[in-house]
Amino acid sequence: MVSSPAADASAANNSAEGSSTAGAALPMVRFEKVTKRYGSLTVLDSLDLDVEANEIVSIIGPSGSGKTTVLRMLMTLEEIDEGVIWVDGEPLTHMRRNGGDLVRANRAHLRRARANIGMVFQHFNLFPHMTALGNCIEAPIQVLGMPKAEAVARAEDLLEMVGLADKMHQHPSRLSGGQQQRVAIARALAMRPKVMLFDEVTSALDPEVIGEVLNVIRKLAEEESLTMLMVTHQMGFAKEISDRVCFFYGGQIAEQGPPDKLFSNPENPRTQQFLSAVLEAG
Amino acid sequence: MTYFEFLGEYGPRFLSGALLTALLTLLASMLAIAVAFCMGLMRLSTFGPVRWIAIVYIEFFRGTSLLVQLYWIYFVLPLFGLTLDNFTAGVLGVGLNLGAYGAELVRGGIQSVPRGQWEASLALNMSPAKRMWRIIFPQALVNMLPPWGTLLIELLKGTALVALISVADLMFEARQINGSTYLSAEAFGTALVIYYVFARFIISPFMRWLEGVMARKVGRA
Amino acid sequence: MIEWRWEFTWEILPRLLEGTLYTLLAAGIGYLIALVVGLVFALLQRTPSRVLSRVVREIVEFIRSTPLVLQIFFVFYVGPQFGVSLSPWTSGMIAIGLHYAAYLSEVYRAALDGVPKGQWEACTALNLSPRQTYRDIVLPQALPIALPGMGNYLVGIFKDTPMLSVIGVAELMHTATAIGSNSYRYLEPYTIVGLIFLLISLPTAFGLRRLEAWVRLRLGMTRQG
Repeated sequence: MVSSPAADASAANNSAEGSSTAGAALPMVRFEKVTKRYGSLTVLDSLDLDVEANEIVSIIGPSGSGKTTVLRMLMTLEEIDEGVIWVDGEPLTHMRRNGGDLVRANRAHLRRARANIGMVFQHFNLFPHMTALGNCIEAPIQVLGMPKAEAVARAEDLLEMVGLADKMHQHPSRLSGGQQQRVAIARALAMRPKVMLFDEVTSALDPEVIGEVLNVIRKLAEEESLTMLMVTHQMGFAKEISDRVCFFYGGQIAEQGPPDKLFSNPENPRTQQFLSAVLEAG
Repeated sequence: MTYFEFLGEYGPRFLSGALLTALLTLLASMLAIAVAFCMGLMRLSTFGPVRWIAIVYIEFFRGTSLLVQLYWIYFVLPLFGLTLDNFTAGVLGVGLNLGAYGAELVRGGIQSVPRGQWEASLALNMSPAKRMWRIIFPQALVNMLPPWGTLLIELLKGTALVALISVADLMFEARQINGSTYLSAEAFGTALVIYYVFARFIISPFMRWLEGVMARKVGRA
Repeated sequence: MIEWRWEFTWEILPRLLEGTLYTLLAAGIGYLIALVVGLVFALLQRTPSRVLSRVVREIVEFIRSTPLVLQIFFVFYVGPQFGVSLSPWTSGMIAIGLHYAAYLSEVYRAALDGVPKGQWEACTALNLSPRQTYRDIVLPQALPIALPGMGNYLVGIFKDTPMLSVIGVAELMHTATAIGSNSYRYLEPYTIVGLIFLLISLPTAFGLRRLEAWVRLRLGMTRQG
């Protein structure tokens, strides 16, 4: 009833392109000819992107290249204009009708599909009226129906893992930016997503606390089996932990590949341009 | 007579009038708050007809004056079969009128909650209802308290108009006393001071206390 | 079931329209008084003299916190008690003017406070006189901030004029009540009054919002960096 910025699509009958999932190992995330426009501006242009299970992908590129839009669409914060997004073999932006055709997903379907995905935001977006612990147990209790004791136990473990066990009962206003972001990571993990999205999570942080957040992400990469997509400007970090780096330009992937290759030997002139500009500034 | 003698003789009447004013204010406030939340939320609805009902209500009650609305409820509604006693008509008129202003405060409060909160709740897959109730509302409430304080004082002032439909509130008593004693400065002056005390020393401190409580709950204190 | 009498409506319409004119006149005069006196209130609260500013502050708070209708009665009846006889119009204008002056003084204060401190400091650094500071730098920036409030109170004062009827000012509400008590028919007079108020206040509010946008635009374009 109340308006929200969510991309709750109406059940309009727009048939998508025919499903083209390959037979063998399905990717955890698949963008299939995805297009997104804002008015006359095309932000994503018929994008194809596959992310395998447990793969760690960094997305880099100049602003306006569509990097953040990729994450936001995966998190269903934005609606798709053309194409289909698949998560774990099931369509996210669309749903199957009886005959197996794909139609635009309705709210109920979006809610189900969304459960696999978690997101950490650039500006943390912690709930200011709840403690760190409160933030982490809120969704498990309200959405998953988890009993409070179980949710608290899980939240305590997660806060321990991100190194904030002693700040459990503090409100966000009492925490530094780095601490808040770590709580935000714990909060997202509490929902046990299969895919974790990191949207420039260190861009709003003071330099001295960036490290603590990156450490947590590094830990996640090493210890948990998560599929991770990161939009980041931290090139060194991206090179260190990613399995693959995608360079976005003009709404498309201009170049992608293993970090060693892309950072030291980029093929695309645009990539070269971008990297040299970034390294110069850094 | 001196002012003290005046107070001694007419004090009880001022008191009874003041009590009635307090009661009116309380009841009308409850109505106004209920209306404000209802209409404020409807105003934000994505569903056209619901939103338009709210818009019409808000613009209608804000666009016409309270006195006209009171007279209409008390004098004209009976012609349509709905006869209300003057007290009820007063509560209804004041509550419905100020509820319309309150609806805009509710709307503003909800819209002032940062977008990131909506997105975070969505990312955590909270349902719209849970999101509104547990995340948005608490934060909206803190934001809208200061202007609500002002609105409640307007409501208190609005109740004075019911004297014109013969409800024996503070202003009514003041008029009566003026009519019989011609001590206008004393009669109206005393009433003014009592209203002032209600507004400045009861309502305002209460709202400030409430703001403090809410701010602490939201971790801002 | 009640029925609407159209012949009666046409009959009373001229008188009601005349009353409307008086209403507009009362609102207009009251607003002008409020604009000026409000400025005086606001400026007095910015004087270095702490006593004076405190006293004015309390007066403003008192006026804002008490009912207008009661203030109208006060002004009208208190005069004769001390030998000064004020006509309904005069006392009405004084009361409503003072009341809205108090509101407007708050709007002015907020607007002046809303101009960033750095602007004042820049004026000092550039050695502008107080007059130049206010006229060229501060007031143009304060105006867009003040406009919404000023507009709201213009509509507000218009809607509060019915209160003047209680002391016999022959504005719209008074006329309608007179018609009603003479003819025993209140439906048409009061409904028409409501409609007239709607028809005037809604377009006015709408027009004011457009004016605010225009002023913001114009001042935005003519402001230097």
